[in-house]
Amino acid sequence: MHERFPGLARRLPWVVLILLALFPLVAPALGFEYYVGFVRRVLIVAIAATSLNFILGYGGMAALGHAGFVGVGAYTVVALVEAGFSSAWLAWASAALVAGVAAAAIGAVSLRTRGVYFIMITLAFAQMLYYLAVSLRTWGGDDGYGIYSPLGLGAWLDGAHAQVFYWVVLAIAAGVFALFSRVAHSRYGHALRGIRDNETRMVALGYPVYRLKLAGFVAAGAVAGLAGGLLASHNAFVSPGLMHWTQSALLLVMVMLGGAGRRWGAPLGVALWLTLEEVLKMYTDYWHWPLGLLLLLVVFHAPQGVAALFERRGEHGAAR
Amino acid sequence: MKSPLLSCRGLEAGYGASQVLFGLDFDIRPGEVVALLGRNGMGKSTTIKALVGGLRPQRGEIRFDGLAIHGARADVIARLGVAIVPEGRQCFPNLTVREHLLAFAARRNGVAEPWTLARLYALFPRLAERAGHMGNQLSGGEQQMLAIARALSTNPRLLILDEATEGLAPVIRDEIWRCLALLKAQGQTTLVVDKYVEKLLPLADRNLILERGRIAWQGSSAELDAHRDLWARYLGV
Repeated sequence: MHERFPGLARRLPWVVLILLALFPLVAPALGFEYYVGFVRRVLIVAIAATSLNFILGYGGMAALGHAGFVGVGAYTVVALVEAGFSSAWLAWASAALVAGVAAAAIGAVSLRTRGVYFIMITLAFAQMLYYLAVSLRTWGGDDGYGIYSPLGLGAWLDGAHAQVFYWVVLAIAAGVFALFSRVAHSRYGHALRGIRDNETRMVALGYPVYRLKLAGFVAAGAVAGLAGGLLASHNAFVSPGLMHWTQSALLLVMVMLGGAGRRWGAPLGVALWLTLEEVLKMYTDYWHWPLGLLLLLVVFHAPQGVAALFERRGEHGAAR
Repeated sequence: MKSPLLSCRGLEAGYGASQVLFGLDFDIRPGEVVALLGRNGMGKSTTIKALVGGLRPQRGEIRFDGLAIHGARADVIARLGVAIVPEGRQCFPNLTVREHLLAFAARRNGVAEPWTLARLYALFPRLAERAGHMGNQLSGGEQQMLAIARALSTNPRLLILDEATEGLAPVIRDEIWRCLALLKAQGQTTLVVDKYVEKLLPLADRNLILERGRIAWQGSSAELDAHRDLWARYLGV
């Protein structure tokens, strides 16, 4: 979203970061305390969406099971809480690690397929994870699992401020956004975009395409797991619904809405979707209707996503 | 005489039950430019596919620098130092010219003077002017230059050009021929498939004519120039 305003392009991430960092401090004065939690949720979902955008937008891997990794991360936190661990850092790191391992196993099989078969196989794996969670009675099964003893961030952080968790989430989201933005424009990112455009050509140029795709898939799965771990802490509750295929589809829709393969696509899509959902719910029970209409509008008027509207026509690729 | 960089012995390949190549024997020595000629459907593209790992040979042997590569994966063969400029260019629509040339530039293959961005831009100044443009925002000629530069950026020991001047304006074709002559002067080993025999003569050291999957004739450019009857018989010129 930067070509029209080159100066803003460099400063925009910092401006957004500062505004978001200040939000919990000014929200009580404006009567927006409730929305601190809401923005925190947006940030967490944006982490998961950013990871999906990386493999979908840059790697061309239309995974319909990404919520499965979010769920694996969340249930890893549940498992650690159940085992008596109380460190949030350990729980989140483990969530990312376990989801990364799951992504490696699922990716190793799924990435041998392409196109619609890839979509179906990732969907199938995510549904297997969903039914596995439903069957796990010790972790609440279909009813879900409440985390009643909050995870600790560490001695000085826990008592620092009521909204310390918000800033931790913001720092992680900013780190994930910066990391994926950097990787997307690295040589590896170029290779992924090449694979998306012409896999056969990339093989002929000497790239181990399968390994490169698997590396991206594992990284995205691990980050989705991290988002799952954060979501478990945010909600203090985890249920199998988190990894239902409709959640994977929703993540895809949010990325497409914002702009797949665009730097700001995922956070913009998530913010737009969740904000509209939040606002529309205040006025009508039938909030899906206007959201559906919005999607139709985007399909017809901004098929490259909302982020594309801010880019100069014809130069979008370089800005991605 | 130098030992061959690429060596084919008894190469047979095809698609399913349909055999296209029937026992090809040829060598390409370091620094040589070899032209693979023949009418449409005689097996030129199939030969190239077999060389770069796009098609598994049914029989025979392909050795690259002494290493057997028949049946090896395309990416493995490419990393050994075989680069192809494919028919139809196949530039990436979502990478800029600069990204095209940087993304593949890590591979060195032990060459004395690796291709850098500056050297590639010096070879194709037009690409320097278009550095920020996407692959699909270039003219056909520029895409062809980009495809050649992209292949060179991998620092190939063997460069294969499949119909590199197909569908280009005469002035752009001349530009491509000029660059290939420059590469030859720098000692780049090259296998060229092209239908402009007249233009290939000064460039190629040796010529192979394929006829129904077999090498019908091979010889130097001077010999091919002297035997114009071959042109009519095998090349339809």
